[in-house]
Amino acid sequence: MMTPQNAMLEVKDLTKNFVKRLDMAGKIAQRLGSNIREETVHAVDSVSFTIEKGEVVGLVGESGCGKSTLGRMIAGILPPTAGGISFKGVEFTAMTQEEGEAAALAIQMIFQDPFASLNPRMRVEDIIGEASVIHGMTDLKERSDYVGDMMERVGLGREYIRRYPHQFSGGQRQRIGIARALAVQPEFLVCDEAIAALDVSIQAQVINLFMDLREDLDLTYLFISHDLSVVEHISDRVVIMYLGRIVETAPTDELFDKPNHPYTTALLNEVPRLDQRGIEYEPVSGEIPSPLDPPPGCHFHPRCPHVTDRCTIEVPVLREIAPGRLSACHLNDQ
Amino acid sequence: MKTVAENIALGAAARDKTEAVETPFERFRASFFASKVASVALVVLCSLIFVAVFAGFISPTNPYDLAQVSVLDSKLPPGAKSFEGTAFWLGTDGAGRDLLSAMIYGLRISLGVGVMSGIVAMIIGAAFGLIAAYFGGRTENIIMRIVDIQLSFPAILVALILLAILGKGVDKIIIALIIVQWAYYARTVRGSALVERNKEYIEAATCLAIGHRRILFRHLLPNCMPPLIVVGTLQTASAISLEATLSFLGVGLPVSEPSLGLLIANGFDYMLSGKYWISFFPGVALLITIVSINLVGDQLRDVLNPRLER
Ligand SMILES: Nc1ncnc2c1ncn2[C@@H]1O[C@H](COP(=O)(O)OP(=O)(O)O)[C@@H](O)[C@H]1O
Ligand code: SF4
Ligand SMILES: [Mg+2]
Repeated sequence: MMTPQNAMLEVKDLTKNFVKRLDMAGKIAQRLGSNIREETVHAVDSVSFTIEKGEVVGLVGESGCGKSTLGRMIAGILPPTAGGISFKGVEFTAMTQEEGEAAALAIQMIFQDPFASLNPRMRVEDIIGEASVIHGMTDLKERSDYVGDMMERVGLGREYIRRYPHQFSGGQRQRIGIARALAVQPEFLVCDEAIAALDVSIQAQVINLFMDLREDLDLTYLFISHDLSVVEHISDRVVIMYLGRIVETAPTDELFDKPNHPYTTALLNEVPRLDQRGIEYEPVSGEIPSPLDPPPGCHFHPRCPHVTDRCTIEVPVLREIAPGRLSACHLNDQ
Repeated sequence: MKTVAENIALGAAARDKTEAVETPFERFRASFFASKVASVALVVLCSLIFVAVFAGFISPTNPYDLAQVSVLDSKLPPGAKSFEGTAFWLGTDGAGRDLLSAMIYGLRISLGVGVMSGIVAMIIGAAFGLIAAYFGGRTENIIMRIVDIQLSFPAILVALILLAILGKGVDKIIIALIIVQWAYYARTVRGSALVERNKEYIEAATCLAIGHRRILFRHLLPNCMPPLIVVGTLQTASAISLEATLSFLGVGLPVSEPSLGLLIANGFDYMLSGKYWISFFPGVALLITIVSINLVGDQLRDVLNPRLER
């Protein structure tokens, strides 16, 4: 079983709230009796899970459910509001300066937007090589060789080293972003919708690149996507999120064979599947509720076909329903 | 028939054309010179700067050298000959100085004051604007409140008060202009830095454990440069005219170091007696300077507009 000792990454009760503070006009309006108030988005709400070394975990949920926020906290870009993240058994907050920096470098992120994620005023050599020189993986003399190696590793010709980002296609830019992350020799990659912005024909190539790198470099992945079909073929395990909370986690094939949570079932119905051709296509019905004002009890209850009175009052806890499988639904209590 | 060597050279040239690394600067240069008006304005501006920098070599006489100035030559019309026979192309001023020479030295002071105060104000303003946008929170609130307060007063009023306290002198007016201007730069840089800060390349730099200072000055600042350059140019033009106004009002520069504005003021008394040139020519020079800077600035704004950037 998973023990925290050998887990590569452990996230415990991780929470992130975004508070939209009132400006001066808002404060005055409030004094005058308007019902304007400070708004809090519970982007990530007490999320816990572990990822083992070498695992590929898919994180899936509709847009706005907090996937990117969770990924950013793990990558050290965003400070959590509450809860903790441990890397190889050590809490981020308990690390010394050097340990913290080592962990920060070991966890790298691949971003969604291949245009916004590269500094437009830097050459590829600087984009990929800057951090590795600062952190001593290479030096200024060796830098262009080092960067060239990284470029070849991700399938780019090293002759493009002096170019600027605007001279590349979307797929090539995403490869530059991957090379930039690899250049600091990470162990864990958070890929946030890393292929969503690419042409369909290029998506498969980039996915294959991720899988090759996993083999070659012994990487561990958190692969974020709004689309279950993207993670199906690459993930060992899938985590499903809904409005800031985890609702189900299971090994990939079990999840696809026998989803437990009604939300997972609904998501699966959206995935066109070979073995279910002819079966009625049924999207998740209803609107995603606003994360500013999430429904009480089970967040999914306004859209759930199995909703009961209990669901509207009591939050279902995420608990083990079978070995290695967790789900948060009151139906499991019957 | 072409020789083999020629063919190879042609091939290499063709390849160079397609393979040439087109830097952001090269793209910028090409689009800047697409406008004729702006190109002319830039040439005029460069000539003015050249004249100002090499005033000592270009100017026919040294207007500060009392030995070369004779009161007998005062208020001569353009083209008149001096007592000793040299021609005054633009006439002389009330003290008998060659007006052309006085204008060249005046241009030097006007441009020098405008550019110096502009550069220092830009550095100070950009640093504060970047820090405000990047760190946010209390730091940002404090900096931006000061900026707001400062910008709510008219620049001329603030400058007049400062000069009343500081007194006359080139250094004093530069200090006053810096204090008046830095807030514009801070506001501009903060605006663009707020947009840039939320882009993923900044998050990537954070994730790569690149230090704050490096992120601020190597990543954020270069991407905030376009609006900063535009505001810098236009702001320099307004600093020059502000200095001229202050000198005209008699609170800016000492009479011993006349800028274009002070020359206009000195000649103004003779306007009604028909001796127009003493004010008129410095006025034209000031106008040309400010208009050419503004034209260059406007073109920069069009070229560097982020919405048009590919
Ligand atoms: N910097 C921020 N400030 C305020 N709200 C934010 C911020 N980032 C994300 N949010 C909000 O948090 C919620 C989750 O966003 P995000 O993590 O981007 O979701 P996802 O990646 O699953 O689409 C959304 O409602 C979003 O509006
Ligand atoms: S707890 Fe209730 S509302 Fe929520 S998913 Fe289960 S059945 Fe549906
Ligand atoms: Mg997202």
